[in-house]
Amino acid sequence: MANSTTEKTKAAAAEPISMMSVLAPAIGWLIPGAGHMIQKRWIRGGLLFVSIVTLFLLGLAMQGRIYHANGGDILDMLGFVGDVGSGALYIVTLAMDWGQGAIQFATADYGTKFIIVAGLLNFIAVADAYHIAIGKKQ
Amino acid sequence: MRITLPLGRNNDPVSGSQYSVLSHSRLGETRIVTITLNHFGAATVFALFASIVFGITHRDTTRDMVRYGLYCFVMFLGGVFVAGWAMWLLRR
Repeated sequence: MANSTTEKTKAAAAEPISMMSVLAPAIGWLIPGAGHMIQKRWIRGGLLFVSIVTLFLLGLAMQGRIYHANGGDILDMLGFVGDVGSGALYIVTLAMDWGQGAIQFATADYGTKFIIVAGLLNFIAVADAYHIAIGKKQ
Repeated sequence: MRITLPLGRNNDPVSGSQYSVLSHSRLGETRIVTITLNHFGAATVFALFASIVFGITHRDTTRDMVRYGLYCFVMFLGGVFVAGWAMWLLRR
C-alpha cells in the first residue's frame, strides 16, 4: 500500500503543469464557478456561481460585515481569510465601502457568516476546478 | 450607492424577524436595501446553497451529485431541528 502511494505521488509530481491547471483555479477564485465554465462544465459552473454569489449578496443585504486584512484580532484575520475567498465580490465590496455591518440588527451576524461561508465554499469550488483541470475528476 | 441602515416609519432602525425586502429611496439620499430573515429562514437558505456546492464538488457523477446534495440539505435542516429541540429541552 505504501508503494502504491509512493507511485501515485511520483506520478503526480512527474505530471507537467498545464495552462488550464493554473488558469482554472485563478479564474474560479476571481469569479465563482468560472473555473468550471472555462472547462466547459457549464451547468456545474452556473450552479456554483448562483449559489456562491447569492449567498454573498444575501449576506451583504442582511447588513453583514466585511473583514479587513489588518483587523488586528486573530478572529478578524480568520474572517478575512474566509471573505477573501469570494474573489472579485470581496474586492468590489471593499472598493465600494459596503459591508460595514450593523449591530442594531440581530440578523447582521447571520449576514457576516453568509459572507464568510460564501468565500469558503468558493475555495472548495476552486479546488474542484483544479482537480478537473489535472484530470483527477471528470 | 451605499448600503446603509434601513429606517422604519419613524426613522428608527427596523427590528424583529420578518421575511421582507425593504427598499427605501429618496431624492438625494442613498438607496437602502436590506433583507431580514429569521433564524430558520437563514438556516434554510444556507443549507440550500451549501448543499448545492457540496454536491457538485464532492461527487463525480451527476446522479451522485444530486443524491449527495439532497443528503447534505436534509442533514443541515435535520441538524437545525435537533439543535432546536435540544436547546428547548435545556431551557426547561
